[in-house]
Amino acid sequence: MNKNASRFLAGPYIIWMIGFTVIPLIMIILYCLTDGDGAFTLANVAAIATPEHRKALFLSLGLSLVSTLICLVMAYPLALILRKRNVGQGSFIVFIFILPMWMNFLLRTMAWQTLLEKNGVINGILSALHLPNLAIINTPWAIILGMVYNFLPFMVLPIYNVLIKIDDDVINAAQDLGASTAQTITKILIPLSLPGIISGINMVFVPALTTFVISNLLGGSKILLIGNVIEQEFTKGSNWHLGSGLSLVLMFFILVSMALMAKYDKEGEGTAF
Amino acid sequence: MEHPLIDLVNISKTFDNTMVLDDLCLSVKENTFVTLLGPSGCGKTTPLRIIGGFEKPDTGKVIFDGQDITNLPPNKRQLNTVFQKYALFTHMTIAENIAFGLKIKNKPKAYIDDKIKYALKLVNLDGFENRSVASLSGGQQQRIAIARAIVNEPRVLLLDEPLGALDLKLRQDMQYELIRLKNELGITFIYVTHDQEEALTMSDTIVVMNQGYIQQMGSPEQIYNEPENAFVADFIGESNIVPGTMIRDELVEIFGARFACVDKGFGVNRPVDVVIRPEDIDLVEPEKGTLTGVCTHLIFKGVHYEMEVTTPDGFEWLVHSTDMCPVGKQVGIHVDPFDIQIMNKPESEDEEAVGVNE
Repeated sequence: MNKNASRFLAGPYIIWMIGFTVIPLIMIILYCLTDGDGAFTLANVAAIATPEHRKALFLSLGLSLVSTLICLVMAYPLALILRKRNVGQGSFIVFIFILPMWMNFLLRTMAWQTLLEKNGVINGILSALHLPNLAIINTPWAIILGMVYNFLPFMVLPIYNVLIKIDDDVINAAQDLGASTAQTITKILIPLSLPGIISGINMVFVPALTTFVISNLLGGSKILLIGNVIEQEFTKGSNWHLGSGLSLVLMFFILVSMALMAKYDKEGEGTAF
Repeated sequence: MEHPLIDLVNISKTFDNTMVLDDLCLSVKENTFVTLLGPSGCGKTTPLRIIGGFEKPDTGKVIFDGQDITNLPPNKRQLNTVFQKYALFTHMTIAENIAFGLKIKNKPKAYIDDKIKYALKLVNLDGFENRSVASLSGGQQQRIAIARAIVNEPRVLLLDEPLGALDLKLRQDMQYELIRLKNELGITFIYVTHDQEEALTMSDTIVVMNQGYIQQMGSPEQIYNEPENAFVADFIGESNIVPGTMIRDELVEIFGARFACVDKGFGVNRPVDVVIRPEDIDLVEPEKGTLTGVCTHLIFKGVHYEMEVTTPDGFEWLVHSTDMCPVGKQVGIHVDPFDIQIMNKPESEDEEAVGVNE
């Protein structure tokens, strides 16, 4: 294909990118660096230091990290089992894990709300069995649950994708040289699947850090994550300048996360799915 | 009498309803180079994987130095494997790869460093300690795989078609290197290949396998010169396999002509298969030959000419000779008595099935 033709074909995508990514990004930066009168200011970025914003940011970072860690601890053994079973991408087990991803994210989270409610399905069953009720709705635990539930497949798939590319004989060789199963996992499989792990961490951590829907639905109005604060500045508070400033701060954390990913996954192995 | 180091006793193995090994028995003596040779899919890799511990036999036992190791996991066995696709650890340097087994066994650092140096020297890759796996060629990777295995001082080294991915020249160099290694280290090699030349070059003992059965076991000379059945004769080198009748001891009739041979004990007037290697056929003047025919095909192969001589009964004899015979010329076929190898005809259909289908 000649250069002009490929430029032409890339056109729709480039227009899309410019219209819906580049221009909004420039506008956010402009809003961020100005106040209501259009004068230059750094106050919007500095606003992250106020106690309430700092609290929301730290809570977001904390809950995202915990959720990411839980996802990793759950996903890695699962990916190992899937690899060992030698199931292909199209198998039923893999299908089960991808299935929730096809359902609307909002719908899935609302389903959890219904399940966890004070008089919801789970507590109904617990009451019927004369067991103590569960009171995790509107607590950080419910948010972690929502994050883990929604983002777990994003951790499983990149790890699984890297693991299935490891030749069986590499594992056999490790055992042949005297490594136990645990040593094979720690010295061979984990280092070799590091790109997938890093990629999975990113794919869980970034959306978890920026979410406001999960915290809205499962955290009630009492728990504010940085995503909720930004959302409110744009929708209710109508202070787009402050919202933009906080967004950029958040973007900084995302960029750090992406940079780490780029460093450890040079071949882009972990992202192939 | 040396006692066998490895004894496979009545091993059977089935994969997906296909019998891969059927009641296989094999003894390997200490300090020998044993090659399992056969076409792909003949079940030659499976015994290796069973000895290595990567597969469990359905029935039968693996005895190692007098002990039953059938259910021992690979990491507890005193042997190491060199895998077909090298299976190096790509996230480690060459030195780390070689040190892997020794570190697992908690050997002291000075000992490990010595061993790495020694092993790299042995495979002619001194100074490669800090290289990455990706920077090495296939042949170099294969040497590292061997170095990684032998630093553990295994009593047996299992090699699964280790030269399969290398080009011809490199393969030949590595063959000599493997022979040298075996002699220097004094350990037992069990080698799997489909390449008969490789097997003939390196082995003390060749085990020819087909369809899960051992077809013949013997020294390279025995396998080549005295094949026991048509499969072995056809698989090892090229050969003319013709039906014949054993008139009496040391006399066989082929297509009505009588050839003197050296085989005895086949009985009188018994149908047999006769193997004659193409290089053992001498083309002579028509009147001096035991059989006469017409040269119908001629190809120059470099070292020799390859010719086909068709006898009146329609059989095409494959002949290798450094002397050229033009197409269309009447020639006589002469074979020295000791170049004729007599084989029993297959007795059952089962044996027939293992025959030639190439």
